[in-house]
Amino acid sequence: MSQTQNIAPAAQPQPSRPCVQRPGMYIYDQYDQRIVDERVSQFRGQTQRYLTGELGADEFMALRLMNGLYIQRHAPMLRIAIPYGLFSSDQMRMLAHIARQYDKGYGHFTTRQNIQFNWPKLETVPDILADLASVQMHAIQTSGNCIRNTTTDPLAGVAADELEDPRPYCEIIRQWSTLHPEFAYLPRKFKIAITGASRDRAATLVHDIGLRLVRNETGEVGFQVSVGGGLGRTPMIGQTIRPFLEKQHLLSYLEAIVRVYNLKGRRDNKYKARIKILVASLGMDTFRVLVEREWGNNRDKLILDQAEIDRVKTFFTPLPYDADAASDKRHEGYANNNDDFARWLKYNTFDHKVEGYRGVFVSLKAPGIAPGDITDKQMDLVAELADRYSAGLIRSTYEQNLVLSDVKQGELYPLWQSLHQDGLATPTIGSINDMICCPGLDFCELANASSIDVADMIQRRFEDLDYLYDLGEIRLKMSGCMNGCAHHAIGHIGILGVDKKGEEWYQLTLGGFAETTAELGQRLGRAVSKDEVADAVEKIAHVYVEQRIEGEQFIDTFQRIGIVPFQERVYADN
Amino acid sequence: MQIIKNRQIIEDRWQHIPDLTDGVTTDTLPAGDIIVPFSLWQSDKEQLLQHSGGLGVRLNSDHDVAEISPDLSHFAIVALQFPSFRDGRSYSIATALRQHYGYTGELRAVGNVLRDQLAYMERAGFDAFEIDASQTIEDALNAFGEISVKYQTSSDEPLPLYRRRA
Ligand code: SF4
Repeated sequence: MSQTQNIAPAAQPQPSRPCVQRPGMYIYDQYDQRIVDERVSQFRGQTQRYLTGELGADEFMALRLMNGLYIQRHAPMLRIAIPYGLFSSDQMRMLAHIARQYDKGYGHFTTRQNIQFNWPKLETVPDILADLASVQMHAIQTSGNCIRNTTTDPLAGVAADELEDPRPYCEIIRQWSTLHPEFAYLPRKFKIAITGASRDRAATLVHDIGLRLVRNETGEVGFQVSVGGGLGRTPMIGQTIRPFLEKQHLLSYLEAIVRVYNLKGRRDNKYKARIKILVASLGMDTFRVLVEREWGNNRDKLILDQAEIDRVKTFFTPLPYDADAASDKRHEGYANNNDDFARWLKYNTFDHKVEGYRGVFVSLKAPGIAPGDITDKQMDLVAELADRYSAGLIRSTYEQNLVLSDVKQGELYPLWQSLHQDGLATPTIGSINDMICCPGLDFCELANASSIDVADMIQRRFEDLDYLYDLGEIRLKMSGCMNGCAHHAIGHIGILGVDKKGEEWYQLTLGGFAETTAELGQRLGRAVSKDEVADAVEKIAHVYVEQRIEGEQFIDTFQRIGIVPFQERVYADN
Repeated sequence: MQIIKNRQIIEDRWQHIPDLTDGVTTDTLPAGDIIVPFSLWQSDKEQLLQHSGGLGVRLNSDHDVAEISPDLSHFAIVALQFPSFRDGRSYSIATALRQHYGYTGELRAVGNVLRDQLAYMERAGFDAFEIDASQTIEDALNAFGEISVKYQTSSDEPLPLYRRRA
């Protein structure tokens, strides 16, 4: 290979190889490994042909996007896939290595459970992809007009409200959609989400296809399929296309939907190209007829065998839990003596289906840090803590935090101490300060307005933890433009950056949600200036506190009293 | 003109008859093997069936493949258009022709046909490629073998990988 001028700093020691994958996650065999290895060589060739001018910029763009590489405002941005948000400590160490070696020492977790690096050099991207392949990772289809990373419930497999673990189906869909020859040049990007729980922590109803594991009258478990949900410029809630789909038909049905979309979706206007527009323009009944007709062509040919479901399920079998874990109650004693720990225990951990264990949120919402950002050192620390306390497994969440899913309650205190020391224990999970926020003007070339500094201004208003806890669950989501990467339209409080004659303004919406059914937020009124955003959010919180009745969360109060009292308060001075 | 057929560079003798909008009628057809636009086939079927040379048909990416399916036996070639490499409809049309209508003749990719899409096109069922003039045809041949694992079924692979894993 030729020497490039801009040599990266001296090589840091790389994580030891080969990587040891953990029980509890899918492990590549020779086929899975070969596909990522070959993909790296292919992309290396494409990058070289681009750099020598053989491959045009426009063509290279389509190819690099399908390997997660954007060319952004300041530098390329590389988005790495974390399939359904589950990865191992070794993989996290590799991400830390990439942050150090090729980037500026940090990465950014996204609402699609992936991680982005904002500063890699184009020439080094093939090397990054090769490093990733060495730990069974890749950046395949993290961007581009193709089927993207399938997302799911970050608590899958450990949540108490779960009918069935959705992750085996995520993996099956990952393989089916990876380098699918027919669906690489769809009209637009295509996103699938699955949940197996009663509370929808994957926001399935705002995905192109949403799958919910459900039980039918005869007791069989299958999928409720919704289609045509999506946020962005024209937010829409998905509609049910099939109330019950047998598991054996999962792939043939998905294929039928995507094929109809590929053939009929609009290609003349990228803002009208998502499947939601097709479904809305045809109407669900017509769309369903087309899909079912197409399905007739392949439903008997493409059967998802029970043997394959069982094979993939073996990777996700429950961990060997310690039967004595429940008898260790040291955490209670620590909580009695340490308010910080007690707060964290209450807000940043969750019930595990196995007694004596808890799930732990690793907060990436420290004040003053862009939501979702994590440094290389923090990545290494989380990897080490995962090894020590949680079977070496880590999850990334839609809310841009991390999860250690299987921690013995007796070990929570030392785990908290380590997290706390490194700024990973901000005890605000589920609160207004646990906001989702896109990179905005600081990193994204599509942005109208910055979001990171506004997030910071809001977080400062709610610094008083007692006040914050009193406000309860409020999901605040802020996007820097109409593309809505932070899903503002389904925020209990949504904030959207808009451009007014070159100035940054912010449009607020209230009452969106997607946790069970879904609804889009209602527009509060005229956009407010940057200085006014935090004030407005504070006033909204005040109205809630004054008007709530016993036991009501913000969203309940909103649904009871409507938007008018909030409008009256926020725009009172005008 | 040179094209790729079954992963080999060959000299091609077929002539494309331009779309009807260009004023073409069956009276002005050249002798020899021709690929006609679907619209011409629709309007002049009987005359075209009298044509002495070979007959192929060309579909735009917005054509409904069901319309041509009853007539497939008349064609030695079905050519599918890629107005831009980003227009992916012809992958699904090719899939339908091969898998649902049992078409076994030549399936030819025409238009903005570039090296880096060839492997996907081949998997979808194409076996012949009129490579865009901007590309080096010899180099394009390298595109086919880049990825050797196929997770999913397609026109080139009736079984998903889960039925083939060793
Ligand atoms: S919402 Fe807009 S500004 Fe924010 S990341 Fe998405 S495209 Fe960029």
